Amino acid sequence: MPRYRNDERFQALSRRAVLKTIGAASMALAGSAAWADQSVRLPFASGPQQRQVTHDFPQKGPMILQRARPPLLETPMEVFDLGVFTPNDQFYVRWHWAVIPTSVDADAFRLAVRGHVNQVLSLSIGDLLKMPRVELAAVNQCSGNSRGFFSPRVPGAQWAHGAMGNARWAGVRLKDVLDRAGIKSGAIQVRFSGLDEPVVPEAPDFRKSLDIDHARDGEVMIAYAMNGDQLPLLNGFPLRLIVPGWYSTYWVKMLNDIEVLDRVDENYWMATAYTVPDTPHANIAPGQTGVKMVPISRMVPRSFFTNITDGASLPTNAAATIRGIAFGGDAGVAKVELSMDDGQTWQPATLGDDFGKYSFRHWQVAVPRLAPGRHSLKVRCTNLNGEAQPATPNWNTSGFMLNSVETAHVNAI
Amino acid sequence: MRHTVVVLGAAIAALLMPATDGHQLAPAITSTTVELPSGDALFPGGANADAINNNCLACHSADMVLNQPALSRSAWDAEVHKMIKAYKAPIDESDVSAIVDYLASTKGTN
Repeated sequence: MPRYRNDERFQALSRRAVLKTIGAASMALAGSAAWADQSVRLPFASGPQQRQVTHDFPQKGPMILQRARPPLLETPMEVFDLGVFTPNDQFYVRWHWAVIPTSVDADAFRLAVRGHVNQVLSLSIGDLLKMPRVELAAVNQCSGNSRGFFSPRVPGAQWAHGAMGNARWAGVRLKDVLDRAGIKSGAIQVRFSGLDEPVVPEAPDFRKSLDIDHARDGEVMIAYAMNGDQLPLLNGFPLRLIVPGWYSTYWVKMLNDIEVLDRVDENYWMATAYTVPDTPHANIAPGQTGVKMVPISRMVPRSFFTNITDGASLPTNAAATIRGIAFGGDAGVAKVELSMDDGQTWQPATLGDDFGKYSFRHWQVAVPRLAPGRHSLKVRCTNLNGEAQPATPNWNTSGFMLNSVETAHVNAI
Repeated sequence: MRHTVVVLGAAIAALLMPATDGHQLAPAITSTTVELPSGDALFPGGANADAINNNCLACHSADMVLNQPALSRSAWDAEVHKMIKAYKAPIDESDVSAIVDYLASTKGTN
C-alpha cells in the first residue's frame, strides 16, 4: 500500500511538472489555448495594472492587449531576455486610425513619389526589389513607451516598457528613391503617409514629415523586410519607413505615399500631436504652461533589466548574472553601468555583440553572493555622444521620452 | 508524453531561431490577408454607459478608456473635447456631459 501511495504522489507530481512544462513551452507558440485566460500585471504606481495577454491578432504570438481597435499591442518584457532582436510575431503594434486594410495585394501595391519632384513615380514592390538593397539593425520605440510610469499619470496608451523592439530592416535607401524622382530646388520637407485612414473622413489623416536633408541622409530607408521576412501586416506590410535613431511616430507603416514639400509641414500630426517641450529631457513641471513645443525627434539612451523584475527574490548562496538590454538612442552605446547600492557606486557591465549604433545591445554583470536583505539595483546607459540616462524621471503632458535610470528592488534570501 | 516532447521541441526551435547573420536574401513578398478582432465589447454600466457606447466605439474599443489611470473630471472633459476638436469625433453635444459623467464616476480621481 505505501508503494501505491508513493506512485500516486509521484504521478501527481509528474503530471503537475508536465503541465508546468507545457505551459512554458506554449509561451513560444502562437495561438495556444493555454494563453486564453492569461493576464499580466504591469508594475505601475496605480491601477489599472492588469492586462489581458492576447493571441488573437494575426501573425502575432502572445502580446499584452492595450487596445483591441485600432490595435495597441505591447511586447512582454521577457521577450527582450531572449535576444537583442525582437521576433516579428512579438514586435509591438501601434495604430492611430481604425481603418486599416486587412488585405494587401503585393502585385497591385504602388508607392507614389510626388510633389516637388521632376518626375512623379509609381513604384511596385518589384521595382524596389531591383534597387540596391541596404540593411540596418535599429530600435523602433514609441514616443510614449513607458508612459504608464509617469508621475503624475497622464492620459494616453498606458504602455509599460514594451512599446519598443529591435529588428534587422532590409530595403532601399529613401535617398535613392528620391533621387530617382529628382528633387526640385526649394524642397523643404518630405511627407509620408500610409494606407490607414481615419474612421471619420474629416479627421486628420496620419502623415509625418522629415526635413529634406534628413530624408536624403542615406540612412533613412524604406523597408520591405524585417528580420529576414516580409513585415507582419500590423507592423506595416508591405513597406515601412525606417528612421534610425528617431521615435517610431516617423516610421510610417503601410507606406504608399511620399510627397516632397516646398514648405514646412503644418499638418496636425507634425504641428500639434507628437510635440514635446523644447527643454532638456523634454521636461516641465506638472501644470507648467507657456512652454515652446517642438516636434519630437531623436531618441535618448535607455537600459533595462531583462532577467530580474522589481520585487524579485534572489538566492544569497550563489553568484548570479544580472543582464539586460540597452540602446543609445541616436548614437551607439558607450557604456552600461550597474549599481547594487541604489546609485552610490557603479560598475561597468560587459557589453554583448555590437550590431550597429541604432541596435539594442546586450549587457551583463556577474555579481558575487548577495548579502541577505533588500538591494536596490540600478542600470544606466551612456551613449557615444556622452549623454547618460538621468537619475530623475522627466515629465510632460503627453508622456513622451521617459528615459530615466531603471531601478529593480530585489530581496536576497 | 510524446506529444509533450514534440511541443517542447517546437518551442525551443522558436526560441532559438537565430536572426540571420550577414546579408539577408530578399524575402518573397506575398499578398497578405488577415482578420482583425472586432474589439466591439461595450462599456459596462448599463444605461449609464449609453452615451459613451453610442458615441465613442466607432473609432476605438472600450479597453483603451478602461485602461486609463484615474483622472480628474476636468482632465476627462479635456479628453472628450480633444476627441471632438482634434479627431473630429461626431459626438452629439447633448451627450458630452453624460460621457464626462460616466468617465468621472468610473475612472475619476475621487
